[in-house]
Amino acid sequence: MSQLPVILKAENVHKSYRMGATRVHVLKGADLAVREGEFVAIIGASGSGKSTFLHVLGGLDRPDKGVVSFNGRDLNRVGARELNRFRNERVGFVFQFYHLLDELSVLENVLLPAMVSRSVLGWITSRRAVRKRAEALLDQLGLRERAGHKPYQLSGGERQRVAIGRALMNEPKLLLADEPTGNLDSATGNGILNVFETLNRAGQTIVMVTHDERIARKAQRIVTLADGRARRLEA
Amino acid sequence: MYKLTLIIRYLLKRRITHFAIAAVALCVFIVVVVMTVMAGLVGDFKQKNHDFVGDCVVGTDSLVGFPYYEQFMERLEQSGLVAGMSPVVKNYALLTVVDHDFKLGVEILGIDPALQCRTTNFGQTLHFRAAEPERAFQPIYEPNALGCVWGIDMILPRNAQSQYSYGVRPPKLAVTLTCFPLNAKGAPAGAGSNLFRPQTFLYSDYSHTGIARVDGNLVYIPLEQAQLLCMSGQQKRVTAIHILFRPGVGIAEGTRQVADLWAQFKKAQADAPYSELLDIVTVQDWKRYRRAFIAPMEKEQALLSLMFVLVGLTTVFIVFVVFYMIVVNKRRDIGVLKSVGASNVSVLLLFSGFAFSVGLIGSCVGTLAGWLFLARINRIEQWLYEHFGWQLWDRTIYAIGDIPSRIEPEVIAIIVGSAVAACVIGALIPSYLAARLRPVETLHAVRT
Repeated sequence: MSQLPVILKAENVHKSYRMGATRVHVLKGADLAVREGEFVAIIGASGSGKSTFLHVLGGLDRPDKGVVSFNGRDLNRVGARELNRFRNERVGFVFQFYHLLDELSVLENVLLPAMVSRSVLGWITSRRAVRKRAEALLDQLGLRERAGHKPYQLSGGERQRVAIGRALMNEPKLLLADEPTGNLDSATGNGILNVFETLNRAGQTIVMVTHDERIARKAQRIVTLADGRARRLEA
Repeated sequence: MYKLTLIIRYLLKRRITHFAIAAVALCVFIVVVVMTVMAGLVGDFKQKNHDFVGDCVVGTDSLVGFPYYEQFMERLEQSGLVAGMSPVVKNYALLTVVDHDFKLGVEILGIDPALQCRTTNFGQTLHFRAAEPERAFQPIYEPNALGCVWGIDMILPRNAQSQYSYGVRPPKLAVTLTCFPLNAKGAPAGAGSNLFRPQTFLYSDYSHTGIARVDGNLVYIPLEQAQLLCMSGQQKRVTAIHILFRPGVGIAEGTRQVADLWAQFKKAQADAPYSELLDIVTVQDWKRYRRAFIAPMEKEQALLSLMFVLVGLTTVFIVFVVFYMIVVNKRRDIGVLKSVGASNVSVLLLFSGFAFSVGLIGSCVGTLAGWLFLARINRIEQWLYEHFGWQLWDRTIYAIGDIPSRIEPEVIAIIVGSAVAACVIGALIPSYLAARLRPVETLHAVRT
């Protein structure tokens, strides 16, 4: 693993938020390097800044200070359009509360990233291939029969698997998961973790945020975030 | 592609969207119906006034009139501009029905019926002499007598359907018209002896122009009789010449050319007796000449349009509220869209497109409902009258036939365009707020 290239690197990342009259300094020089094909878990107590760190890593937020680079490219130096493309093509997000769009079917939710990157004309020309990819993902996630259902007709575990399918739709290099099992019972959560393990075995790079050390142990490496810094690395 | 998909889904699934569409449809329905009826009434009234006076009028408000009109008409004839000309004398008289104790102050219009028919729609307004309007002043029951034509509302009542009960023949009625004849200096012609000049006419026909003020107050008499009754002096005078331009001559251009001709004519007559009477003559197109009657209706229409601007603002506000609620409700979805790469502009376009669709669908529904309602408006009014005795306008009072219901495509295009624009404007701020939302603010209520 150590000879594989680093695809994601965060150096001395600072981030603060204004909460009412006070300013909360959440990240105080966090560092992280993720190699291609790695499964990294970021662990930390509630309020330690792990979700914020994940958002910064995925280009959803910009750091106040420090550098986040993907494949050697500083995300701070790219424009909004490029950052949108980065989020669309290079990274996939899985959230604790799934965040599926209720108006869309399961299949359409999975197709969403592909729809975002295509115009109507582009969609018409590539629709078949894209749909095939989405159906294959649903197949892989055991949701083939649920393709036409709406998210509210699914269980929590099924919803999270749909969210994973959506995150993987555009074949991103990096999968970022924010407490992916936090809203699930332990059996269902284990099922989701198994999906992550399977994906990782197939070469998918994953960075997962969790507060549960037991879940974090599923990853190859654990990074503990405390006092706004990544303090400890575990293999 | 996702924008189109989401717009369609939001339109189909969100109940609040249906309320927004209903609000827009209702506003459009009201505007379409009221504007169509109002525009129809104003348009109809203008057309009737145009038909009544022709394209252009060379005339004066003075009851003294102006001389040399025949020479000027020759000039006009030579110019090749005109298809018809009719000299008229307008004045006021006291009408007395012979053998009846009935007196009425009326407006009189002295005309040559043949010339008037060529210039205006006078012939079509007649009832008994419609086929031979040049004989309008020959009473059917006594063709050699001197006749006069009355505005229809002066003699016939209208029923609730705005219809008149015409007889087979005009009633045999003799009336005396009494005027103050004026000399060319504007003084009473018979001062000290014959101050009033009466003349008796037989009633020969009705004239129905559809203009309440004309039909309820105007009596047509032969031109030469009007000149005898109202004027004195060696020079024959008229108060106006009505002109109909040849096809292809625009009213504005024709009026300008007639004004030029009049200026030249006036100059040429500078040394003629009473040429000062030519100075107060103006050349106006029909709309300007009848502005005292048309302007109030146009002002009412303008006021109504202003009120509908307020209706439009209400629509903007309704759409703003609805979209603000939708955006607040969809904050998380917006975050998700941005997390999968949707740009700010793309989110702005999503909600603007959604607003556009709401406006377009609402407008189409409103227009369709308006069209269906207008197509049946007269039947609905008739039904209401038959069952509840209610009428929008009491036809026994107002000179209105059917309620206008002809939809003008241009008016519809403006209304639909305005409604769609109102929706897009109303959604602009919520769409902008949606576009500006930072995904981290929406995806995570509490940061950890």
